[in-house]
Amino acid sequence: MRAIMTVTGKDNKGIIAKVSTFLAEKGANVEEVSQTILGDCFAMIMLVDMSDAREELSSVAKQCEELGNRIGMSIRLQHEAIFNAMHNV
Amino acid sequence: MFNKTEVLETIDMIEREHLDIRTITMGISLLPCIRENAEKTARAVYDTVCAKARDIVKVAEQLSGEYGIPIVNKRVSVTPVSLICAAFPQDAEKIGFALDKAAKELGIDFLGGYSALVQKGTADYEKIFLESIPAVLAQTERVCSSVNVASSKSGINMDAVAQMGRIVKSAAERTADRDGLGCAKLVVFANAVEDNPFMAGAFHGTGESGTVINVGVSGPGVVKHALENVPDANLNDCAEVIKRTAFKITRAGQLIAKEAAKRLNAEFGIVDLSLAPTPVMGDSVAHILEELGLEVVGTHGTTAALAMLNDAVKKGGVMASSHVGGLSGAFIPVSEDIGMIQAAEKGALQIDKLEAMTAVCSVGLDMIAIPGDTPAETISAIIADEAAIGMINNKTTAVRVIPVPGKTVGDTVEFGGLLGHAPILPVHTASSMKFVRRGGRIPAPIHSNKN
Repeated sequence: MRAIMTVTGKDNKGIIAKVSTFLAEKGANVEEVSQTILGDCFAMIMLVDMSDAREELSSVAKQCEELGNRIGMSIRLQHEAIFNAMHNV
Repeated sequence: MFNKTEVLETIDMIEREHLDIRTITMGISLLPCIRENAEKTARAVYDTVCAKARDIVKVAEQLSGEYGIPIVNKRVSVTPVSLICAAFPQDAEKIGFALDKAAKELGIDFLGGYSALVQKGTADYEKIFLESIPAVLAQTERVCSSVNVASSKSGINMDAVAQMGRIVKSAAERTADRDGLGCAKLVVFANAVEDNPFMAGAFHGTGESGTVINVGVSGPGVVKHALENVPDANLNDCAEVIKRTAFKITRAGQLIAKEAAKRLNAEFGIVDLSLAPTPVMGDSVAHILEELGLEVVGTHGTTAALAMLNDAVKKGGVMASSHVGGLSGAFIPVSEDIGMIQAAEKGALQIDKLEAMTAVCSVGLDMIAIPGDTPAETISAIIADEAAIGMINNKTTAVRVIPVPGKTVGDTVEFGGLLGHAPILPVHTASSMKFVRRGGRIPAPIHSNKN
């Protein structure tokens, strides 16, 4: 099962490092990354394979939110199906 | 592969525009719970509801966590209780109390189905059952009630309409200490649907399967935001924007509905593609109409704008779901919509205009506070007018008015939470008494004879 992680907020040092370390700890594999910086706004989207993850998606998603709070970013992890459903016929 | 713009659009819809799954409602048949007396039936009802919906809150939280979309309400609807206690209607209250206890045990905010379907006639057991409604609404916290008094096929049961006017008054008086809150949990329908997931009018129809999941989606804020991006578009293009937005919202609902049904061992019933507002800023149907170009909702043009909105929501949503049902359209509950509240406070939105709006949207006169001294016959006449609109136009209409005890025009009422607050709206003071007291049945319209 794959999920999409979005990281948005004010640009800062070490965001990618912190986020990828977290994902590696959870057993999630990053398959694709897209990142942009508009002014001082940082937006990163990652496609993550969760098949080998050691925890349930909802639990990892909650921890993502907490990580985001700690580093001053908004971090969401969502099942990719929600995006496919809403944007593909 | 993912499309960056689409991903960020979804995030924006959820974070800034209040896109949510408004309700996951489990419909449960209570017919197998009928026993020889009220006590045993009440116990079977409690056990059945608790067993079948045991995981509803847990599953909704799981889904919300996995898909990253808020699921606001978890609810249950049941077979109209008048049928379950037809053999002992004088003890119907016991079933109501059992349902309230079950709702509390499950941790859900509302449970619908303390209901009766009397569109063609009221049986003796139903007359007794209807009289139990005010007491049950006063003594329970989470039980909702609805009564269907008319249909396009049967006409309008004016005896039931007369009785419901008195029952609405009585429900208000018995909850006078809470500004007539009992009436916020009581809906009088024409053409009630059997698979509505929204409260207070949800019940589980007898034509339904044993356990069903119906889901209501919502997103007035998303639609308004989409329209803000096309400020100078003509109405063709506005309708297209609404359709496309409704499609996306509904697809999210369909996904959650199917997954919820699977995890709760229930059948997937329908997605109700409604725009349901809340009193929160940015979650208003009235503000969509104002975005279309009305200075304030309630002014001339409101009915046309609402008709377009309602139709575009349906067209966009229908393709997004395998089964569309429930009420499906735009809701216009006055106290639950910040834009409606503001318009009512300015005096721009009156009950007559609201009645016209109900001819083109998915529901009826909803969450309208009226003076506490409004006669029962006037409430019955309001119900009859709405029922006539529903009957003639082959659509669902409903009345959920609150005659607030001790309050009158100029006062406001605060129900709290999702039920919101509202100014008391004036009603016509000329009497409808003789018309209502004639009783009988208004015959079904000629165009109902389709066979």
